[in-house]
Amino acid sequence: QVQLVVPMAVIFGPGSVPGDLPRSLPFRDVQEMEISVNLRTSVTSRYEMRYRSTTGQEEAALAAATAREADAALHPLQDTTLGSLTMYVVPETSSLLPQGINVYVGRHRSALVRAVGSLAALQARLREVTQLMSFTASSIAAALSDRVPDGQLSPDARRYLKSSLGYEITFSLLNPDPKSHTVDWDIEGAVNCYVKPVLDKLSLVANFSVDSQILYYAVLGVTPRYDKESSSFLLSAHSLPHVINPVEARLGSSAASLYPVLNFLLYVPERSHSPLYIQDKDGAPVSTNAFHSPRWGGIMVYNVEAPASPQASLPLHVDVDMARVMEVFLAQLRLLFGLSREEVPPEFLLEGPGNEGLADWELDHLLWAHTVENIATVSTTLTSLAQLLDKIGNIVIKDDVASEVYWAVASVQSAVTKLSLGHLQAAFQASKEAVTSSERAFFDPSLLHLLYFPDDQKFAIYIPLFLPMAVPILLSLARIVRETRLRKKEPTKMD
Amino acid sequence: FQDQAEQFFRSGHTNNWAVLVCTSRFWFNYRHVANTLSVYRSVKRLGIPDSHIVLMLADDMACNPRNPKPATVFSHKNMELNVYGDDVEVDYRSYEVTVENFLRVLTGRIPPSTPRSKRLLSDDRSNILIYMTGHGGNGFLKFQDSEEITNVELADAFEQMWQKRRYNELLFIIDTCQGASMYERFYSPNIMALASSQVGEDSLSHQPDLGIGVHLMDRYTFYVLEFLEEIHPASQTNMNDLFQVCPKSLCVSTPGHRTDLFQRDPQKVLITDFFGSVRKVEITRETLSLDRDVAGFESKFPEEELATEPLKYAEQLPVAQIIHQKPKQKDWHPPGGFILGLWALIIMVFFKTYGIKHMKHVF
Repeated sequence: QVQLVVPMAVIFGPGSVPGDLPRSLPFRDVQEMEISVNLRTSVTSRYEMRYRSTTGQEEAALAAATAREADAALHPLQDTTLGSLTMYVVPETSSLLPQGINVYVGRHRSALVRAVGSLAALQARLREVTQLMSFTASSIAAALSDRVPDGQLSPDARRYLKSSLGYEITFSLLNPDPKSHTVDWDIEGAVNCYVKPVLDKLSLVANFSVDSQILYYAVLGVTPRYDKESSSFLLSAHSLPHVINPVEARLGSSAASLYPVLNFLLYVPERSHSPLYIQDKDGAPVSTNAFHSPRWGGIMVYNVEAPASPQASLPLHVDVDMARVMEVFLAQLRLLFGLSREEVPPEFLLEGPGNEGLADWELDHLLWAHTVENIATVSTTLTSLAQLLDKIGNIVIKDDVASEVYWAVASVQSAVTKLSLGHLQAAFQASKEAVTSSERAFFDPSLLHLLYFPDDQKFAIYIPLFLPMAVPILLSLARIVRETRLRKKEPTKMD
Repeated sequence: FQDQAEQFFRSGHTNNWAVLVCTSRFWFNYRHVANTLSVYRSVKRLGIPDSHIVLMLADDMACNPRNPKPATVFSHKNMELNVYGDDVEVDYRSYEVTVENFLRVLTGRIPPSTPRSKRLLSDDRSNILIYMTGHGGNGFLKFQDSEEITNVELADAFEQMWQKRRYNELLFIIDTCQGASMYERFYSPNIMALASSQVGEDSLSHQPDLGIGVHLMDRYTFYVLEFLEEIHPASQTNMNDLFQVCPKSLCVSTPGHRTDLFQRDPQKVLITDFFGSVRKVEITRETLSLDRDVAGFESKFPEEELATEPLKYAEQLPVAQIIHQKPKQKDWHPPGGFILGLWALIIMVFFKTYGIKHMKHVF
């Protein structure tokens, strides 16, 4: 059984303490909830809360003008271990949070919550915030998606990237019309400026490698429609699934690594099909002009403005605005990992993550999901390996396979223990090691069931061969035994 | 648009793979290679890229010395359709097509040195199409005229795949004699199977070509191919139509199918769910706002420049060592069971022939 422990600190600012506290500050409280995934599996979540009032430094920080400044000032005063949360409760009438906003979630692991009259109501609001910032029942169920019976899973749950030890990111520029456009993109600079900070932050989760390429004469599989009203070309939403396939054949995949590949394509439409917009299901053009496919990557259409004078000489030189492109690609990367901000209640204000790409609590969110997923994967793998070994009794386990299995079991036990203590980072590392070892053990080439004959096959092969040969031998043996017995009896008879 | 949106998520797969196997060797089994290549061509046309297709051909027909039209493999008489083309990528060729390699591809227990193109890198959201053709019998399929794979082994391999969630749904098509026996033993969920003939029936070939001198295709695959030629990536044809392909009047054998292990209704399963690669797509509505004036970025994990020595070749053939090697001391083992049994047999026969009283002369 897996228990997920979130250490939380709830800090009451001056004037925000609710009237009905059971004890005087500071005190501790524990809330447990059970998330049941299927009939046999369930995960318990345990929020260990420490209630206290603010220190002098925190009070000074909370006196800042805006929520963002307060958050920045409070950051050095917080507990920054992965997985922990800090909630600051501000008075109901406080002007720190704008009108109509009850919760402000910062970039790190803290949130500012507007006080409510009673402790119960405050706890309900706190529960909403903590679920947003750590994990919800649906995110855990999505991580364990192969154990959930099929009807109960929402379609969103199947689309996020599975936890893997590494990912390969490929940026491709598609130029179908080099005669009209010479496209220049400073991908190296963009990767250094914009992509590396995000990947650095995600480096805790997995190893990333980035490459890029330019493809010429690569066309989309669909011909866009010309729309007279907007005098532009439109790609309707239901033709998008067919766009990717013809391009994918030419993208090439890295021959060296076995990690999942994420492709980000920038398509510069041909002169004859410019400008090209992607049309929503409602018929409106999409503001980002981009779409993505779960577990595959994303495509963005970059329109080049028509030249000022129609006699401008072709090819036109195009300098791609990499910042605009990276804003979309990095947003798609977040969506592929499952970090979307769409289902946020309206009275919450979330601080944008800025150039780092994701807030600390979003990183925690990923780690919680991946740790649970890794633990589930390891237990499934080891169980099925045990079943295979039971079925074929004479399979030979090499020493290194055995040591990998022992190490996997030890790691997964350590991961579960660390989760129950609230050490998220250590638990995640242990779960990663457990997955590596168990995969290595399961996919060891020597464990192919074909190589080991079950005993009944051995009988079926050798009996027809040796039985006819054995018949005269056995008969002779029987005769020998009979003769010796007769001879033994004779002397007694004669006497 | 609403039902198309629902359809986006009706089948839970996000990628498609295909494993196409031809198991027969020799020139007169041209039709099996043509079968496999025709399915390969359809699958590529409908969108599955080469990186997601594992093609195993047991013999090379296009460049076979007996081929009067080199570099071609035709699927229709009058040489209408060359299925070999110029962009075919064969992953396992000739003697690499063995039962062991096939099972290794399916279960993933592949030696680490195998290149990416020879691996089946499917995950729990992959729909896999497995097509096998060759000579088969009741419960087995012959590989390379020297070994066979039984239906039990195949079912166990699929179970290993299911345990490790290496597929979301699997479509298994087999075009051999008595093909239905191969899917009788499946017990893992989400598998749909089609076969060209029932147990006790033979699958027949379609038409010989007098110019090439061999039969070009098998009947079942020929009609499946005609059916697939009408499918395009956006078509809504479902599996029930595929079950009707090649009735007994055209095929002479009775094609069979098995859907009891499959969770969805075959009426709702699109052909392109397995033969094509229609991706689920979502419109990107969010953007990340980036701060544009960013100078350089100091990574927390700077890449270290490793001091590399110039590479040199390892000693390939240490001749001096080999010449002066002393012969290895082999450990002595007592004779094993078979030898002992043989000697026991010889001794028994000897003493039976000459009588046991001679034993006292020995001792």
